[in-house]
Amino acid sequence: MSATQYLWEDNDMRGTILASAAALLASTSMALAASVSDGKVKIGILNDQSGVYADFGGKGSVEAAKMAVEDFGGKVLDSAIEIVDADHQNKPDIASNIARQWFDTNQVDAIMELTTSSVALAVQAIAKEKKKIDIVTGAATTELTGKQCSPYGFHWAYDTHALAVGTGGALVKQGGKKWFFLTADYAFGYSLEGQTSEFVKANGGEVVGAVRHPLSNSDYSSFLLQAQSSGANVVGLANAGADTQNAIKQAAEFGITQSGQRLAALLFTLAEVNGLGLEAAQGLTLTEGFYWDRDDESRKFGERYMKRTGKMPNMIQAGTYSAVLQYLKAIQKAGTDETEAVAKQLHEMPVEDVFAGKGTVGPNGRMIKDMYLLEVKKPSESKKPWDYFKVLATIPGKEAYIDPAKSGCPLVK
Amino acid sequence: MTMVFGVPLPALLGQLLIGLINGSFYALLSLGLAIIFGLLRMINFAHGAQYMLGAFTAYLLLHFAGIGYWPALILTPIIVGVFGAVIERLFLQRLYGLDPLYGLLFTFGLALMLEGIFRYYYGASGQPYATPPSLAGGTNLGFMFLPNYRGWVVVASLVVCIGTWLLIEKTKLGAYLRAATENSTLVQAFGVNVPILLTLTYGLGVALAAFAGVLAAPIYQVSPLMGSNIIIVVFAVVVVGGMGSILGAIVTGYVLGITEGLTKVFYPEASNTVIFVIMAIVLLVRPAGLFGRE
Repeated sequence: MSATQYLWEDNDMRGTILASAAALLASTSMALAASVSDGKVKIGILNDQSGVYADFGGKGSVEAAKMAVEDFGGKVLDSAIEIVDADHQNKPDIASNIARQWFDTNQVDAIMELTTSSVALAVQAIAKEKKKIDIVTGAATTELTGKQCSPYGFHWAYDTHALAVGTGGALVKQGGKKWFFLTADYAFGYSLEGQTSEFVKANGGEVVGAVRHPLSNSDYSSFLLQAQSSGANVVGLANAGADTQNAIKQAAEFGITQSGQRLAALLFTLAEVNGLGLEAAQGLTLTEGFYWDRDDESRKFGERYMKRTGKMPNMIQAGTYSAVLQYLKAIQKAGTDETEAVAKQLHEMPVEDVFAGKGTVGPNGRMIKDMYLLEVKKPSESKKPWDYFKVLATIPGKEAYIDPAKSGCPLVK
Repeated sequence: MTMVFGVPLPALLGQLLIGLINGSFYALLSLGLAIIFGLLRMINFAHGAQYMLGAFTAYLLLHFAGIGYWPALILTPIIVGVFGAVIERLFLQRLYGLDPLYGLLFTFGLALMLEGIFRYYYGASGQPYATPPSLAGGTNLGFMFLPNYRGWVVVASLVVCIGTWLLIEKTKLGAYLRAATENSTLVQAFGVNVPILLTLTYGLGVALAAFAGVLAAPIYQVSPLMGSNIIIVVFAVVVVGGMGSILGAIVTGYVLGITEGLTKVFYPEASNTVIFVIMAIVLLVRPAGLFGRE
């Protein structure tokens, strides 16, 4: 007779073993509920690291995310935090594959940045299906917190509505009533053109024409020629990154601005101004959610970031810092990294950091904060490296962003 | 206002002229590719990267040596051409007898490396390069405002294209080159140093790409990606013109540039596919290309 058989025959002994096994099970599951699954919080930064938007977010955002982890203390609920990153090449299919792989086999808990609207929409849908958090800082379309919103999806740094209100609003006020659009031919471009048009029309202006160009086009001369003959007094550039740079450079060459038309670079950040140079960019009006030389706190952040990357951050990079930091704070407060609990905290907690100032998050996932209307300085006005902008105005978050109740997001009752 | 197919005539003329300007770049780049393919039977996938290298060399010359646009226009093709010749001596020469796939893979890898290096140091948004002051401003042609610099691009590329064509078709050196591709053993037997000839050819092809790069620098942002944006179109141009046909590459470059310009007037969304549609049709009807030999 073996020992095992003896144990099973002894009723008392059997009871003890079962009870302790049950207790053990219960204690492990409680331990899991009170902390972090698989002992690690893994945040994936998925963005363009080699294409037209590589300076817009790119490796700089990965560095910003690492700064957020360090500022948080390197650990959350006694578990390690890891940042992973990948290049989605602005292709929704590649991004979707990476996202699935990250969620299914690499234990990634949340995906952030997601530059390019078509990519962000695709990955947010996957995150929703898999019940995972995504915080978009790189893409602009308001669809993310509109019809295609997700209970676990958040939109951080900016969106097309904020850009339309900021840059569009400023130009309409200065008398730019007749608009012609040069639009990038995908979700982001349509969204930006649509919202700016609405805004222009609502303020008594009109849209006299529009032309769509493919993403990462290099020659804009024929489109600019059409804009020139359209009779518009504002040429709205509903594109981004290197596309906008090339369009601005070529607009100067074709005498667009000399002939009295104004350029509205609807999405233009510090990174692109740096690439274009002040000589060509001077006088442009633009809207960003962050400018490093705005106050002491932003300067300190900018200089720390500069030390690590050799550049100053734009709103995408600072926004990614804020998103990572807030996600970690939410895990801390929820006491777990379980998606529902963290999403609840992210919706409820105020956002307070160097990027957001004092922000709130709407029930549709939109982070609402003040935006800044900026003007690019003349070369003679720039006193130090990266001294590029004058802050013209602060746009209150409530004006810049769509009221969650009117966003069309089915989650808002 | 006179209308042509519902488009005002001045707009149409403007677009035709712009097509001609873009066609100049296509012609210059496809000419280099055609020479390399025609004489070396090598598909030079690094051509776009070498074009980018031209633009960056001009930028670096300006920033680190203070050398302006005009000297750079001569110096850059020489520097980049020598770089190409060195690559040919060190690597490509070993691939001549093998399957063309090896050359294609090698040059493709080279392109990725060059782009990666410049992206690492200069970022994807690139660097500005100012138009030379002597060509700044523009001329009002009545139907459009033509930037003087773009006018210069058309003239410069025409001169270089015709010059290269004459060099290969009408000179003794060109005759050696053409003979070497027909039967290199025989030409070598006549005492011509064929390997040196091939090195020079590759260098010349690369120098043409670099020349186009310098021409492009003031128009486009000097960016690591500028080559990969244009190279696929240029390959289509070479295929339509007939692989290796030098005259074919030049003529097709201009014609397709103009076709693309017209597409931008009538249906802008198709402007970056129209060249490939033409390529598909040409391949169906004349597989050797418009100017190719069967």
